[in-house]
Parts: sequence; C-alpha cells; structure tokens
Amino acid sequence: MTVGLVLVSHSAKLADGLAEVAAQMAPEVPIVPAGGLAEGGIGTDYDQVVAAVQRADRGDGVVLLYDLGSAQMTAELAVESLPDPEAAVVADAPFVEGTVAAAVAAQGGASRADALAAATAAGAADLEAPAATQGADAESIELVLHNEVGLHARPAAVVARTLAGMEADVSVVLGDQEADAHSVLALMSLGARKGDRIEIRARGAQATQALEAVKGLVEGNFGEA
Amino acid sequence: MSCTANGVADAVRAAAAVLAEHRAELIELDRAIGDGDHGENMNRGFTAILSALDSAVPDSPSAVLKLVATTLIAKVGGAAGPLYGTAFLRASTAVGGASELDSDAVVAGLRAALEGVQARGKAVEGDKTMVDALIPAVAAAEQAAGTEGADVAAVLTAAADAAGKGAESTVDLVARKGRASYLGQRSAGHLDPGARSTALLLGALARAAR
Repeated sequence: MTVGLVLVSHSAKLADGLAEVAAQMAPEVPIVPAGGLAEGGIGTDYDQVVAAVQRADRGDGVVLLYDLGSAQMTAELAVESLPDPEAAVVADAPFVEGTVAAAVAAQGGASRADALAAATAAGAADLEAPAATQGADAESIELVLHNEVGLHARPAAVVARTLAGMEADVSVVLGDQEADAHSVLALMSLGARKGDRIEIRARGAQATQALEAVKGLVEGNFGEA
Repeated sequence: MSCTANGVADAVRAAAAVLAEHRAELIELDRAIGDGDHGENMNRGFTAILSALDSAVPDSPSAVLKLVATTLIAKVGGAAGPLYGTAFLRASTAVGGASELDSDAVVAGLRAALEGVQARGKAVEGDKTMVDALIPAVAAAEQAAGTEGADVAAVLTAAADAAGKGAESTVDLVARKGRASYLGQRSAGHLDPGARSTALLLGALARAAR
C-alpha cells in the first residue's frame, strides 16, 4: 500500500497534467486529480475533492495539494468533513514541486507524515548544496551518464528512491553545481545530460554502498532500454 | 417574521432574490480586483438553494442553515463557497435544535459564522475581505441583543447596518488576502466584493425579519 495524493486545482487541465507528470516518477502511487468545476470551467468543486480523497485512500492516508487560495479552503473543508478527518492532510507546499516530492516519497514507501514533510520541504532550500558531503572523510567517484535523458525526472527519482533507506549523505556534482542526491528536484535542477561527467560524493556509515548503488544505476542506464 | 424553519427559509429566499438582483454589481466589483466571478458564483449557489427549498423545507432553523451551507459548499466554485459554507455550517451548529430562534440564538449564530470564516480564511480585520463587514456586524448584533426588548429583527438590523458601513470601509484598504492581494496598492480604491455580498446578505435577512 502507499499514501495517496489528491491534486486540488482551479483547472482540470492543470490537475490532470500535474498528475501525469508525477505518475511518471511514482507509478504505484494513487494520484487523483480534482480540478475545475463539475460542469467545466475554472473553480474548485467540493464534491469532486471529497470523492477524489476516497479514491486515493488505500488505507495509508492521503495528502492533498492545492494551487491557489480557494483550492486550499475547499481541500481543508473536505478533510474536516471526512468520516475520519485523520485520514487526510492538506500540504502547505508549492503545487508542482510539492506534488512531485510527495509522489516520489510515497513511491519509496514513505508514511503519510513523511510524504507531507517531503511536499512541504520542496518549497524550501533543497536546491542548496548539502554541506554534509564536503570534508576530508567524504568518499567520491566520477561517472559518465550514458542514458538518453540524463538525470531527468525518472532517473532522478530512481536515484533518490535507491538512497532513501541508506545511512549516507550523498550529493551529485556537475561542474560547479552540487545537488542533494536524496532530492529529485535538486537532481533535476542540475540538468545533467547524456555524456556529462558527474561526481558522486558520500559520507556516513553506508557511504561506500551508496556510491556502489548509484554507480550500478548509472552503468545500467537506470533500467532504460 | 417568526424565526421558525419556515421563517428562516423565507429569509434565505429573500437573500437569494437580493443576490440575483446584485449579480452584475458583484461581478463588476470582483472584476476590478479579483477574477470577476463572485456575482455569478453567489447567484449560482443561492439559485440552487432556492430549488432545494422548493422540494422541501427542513424541519428546524438549524437544518435550514445546514442546507444552505452544504449547497453553497457544493455549488459555489470560488473562495466564497467554502467561506460562506463554513459560516452557515457553524451558525447551524451554534443555534442548536430549537424550533424557533430568539435574539440570543441569532447572535450566537452570527458569532459562530464569523469565527468559522476567520478559521477557514485566516483573514483579520483590515485585510479587505468579508471579515471587515462581519466583525462590526457581530459587535453591533451583540450590543443590540443587550438592549431591553430587542427582538431578532432589531439584532439583524443592527448587524446589517454595521456590515454596510464595514463594507464601505474596505474601499480605502489594500488587500492582504485572496486574489486581490496580488494587486497590492492597486487594490485600494475598490469596494471588496466579499464584504459587499456579506452586507447584502445580512440586509436581506434583516428586512425579512421585520
């Protein structure tokens, strides 16, 4: 089972499109869009949101994300009116980044609280280089990306997911940029493409295993055909 | 008017007529500083309430208020849906199960409506929202209810007058909540559509009560 997501938007297209993007990185997570009015047009539909929460809940709870003002209120009202209001929670997070972060966390088996935390953190400083991997005791390897899309959405999600359970701080360096390897958004923001040479840095009890795991992913082209 | 279920239903019908009449005005106000749908949304919500009341009037004032709340939540697409919906829902709970409301119950309902709107929308006085009409309305209602012999009509009239003045006071304010807040200083000089619809609503309820 996994935590479910509900995307509350004023626009059906926006909610549907975001669900499509997030599903690419988190194929097993129920991501239910709830955008626009029932009869079409811009607005938020309370009944649709309540129904979406019920569809998204597989027993591990639901995180709702929203685009603008009244979508937040509709989402909160829907949660309050559930038979069990504890089953769902509204994330105060950027819509796109928060959804992607929560989806990837849920795909990795995160609890509802952890998926919520991932969404909330997506708006903050996760694009900064993690200082934890800089220092004398950090291990590092260099790798060349041979897969077609580079460190784009799906491969980035695979890396973050693989490292999720490990006791190691890991970062990826491209040129003068360094990104937290546990953050899909940070990895994507590097823009590492096919043919790029990247450096992987790690420290912590499982630093060596983490480097081996990333090396395996890169050399296996992230499972791309 | 007696404040029975039928009396409250009649007041709500009167409010629906007033909101239909002011649909274009609310659209214009919202177009200036928002997304222009407030008049349409409110009219859609109250039209749905009218047809719900046509098929059956619930058997207590509290149940009528709850019907209004759930219909507004389901039918009004913008921020007004959850906000007014929460207001009527909290009022429905606050008035209890009485078959007829007295002025104390009406004050309790208004107070609960204000608290619900503030909990939902997180707006405070001066943010240029419906709260700027509701806060003085509740204060005036409480004061009126404390006067000897004040009936429901007196309480609602005091609330409506104060809401009207409160709504006018939003003209000079700079919006800090909702879509209008993105306009910053440019939101000043316009009447807030939510405060205006609150004043219209309370005005209609007060006239129906007299």
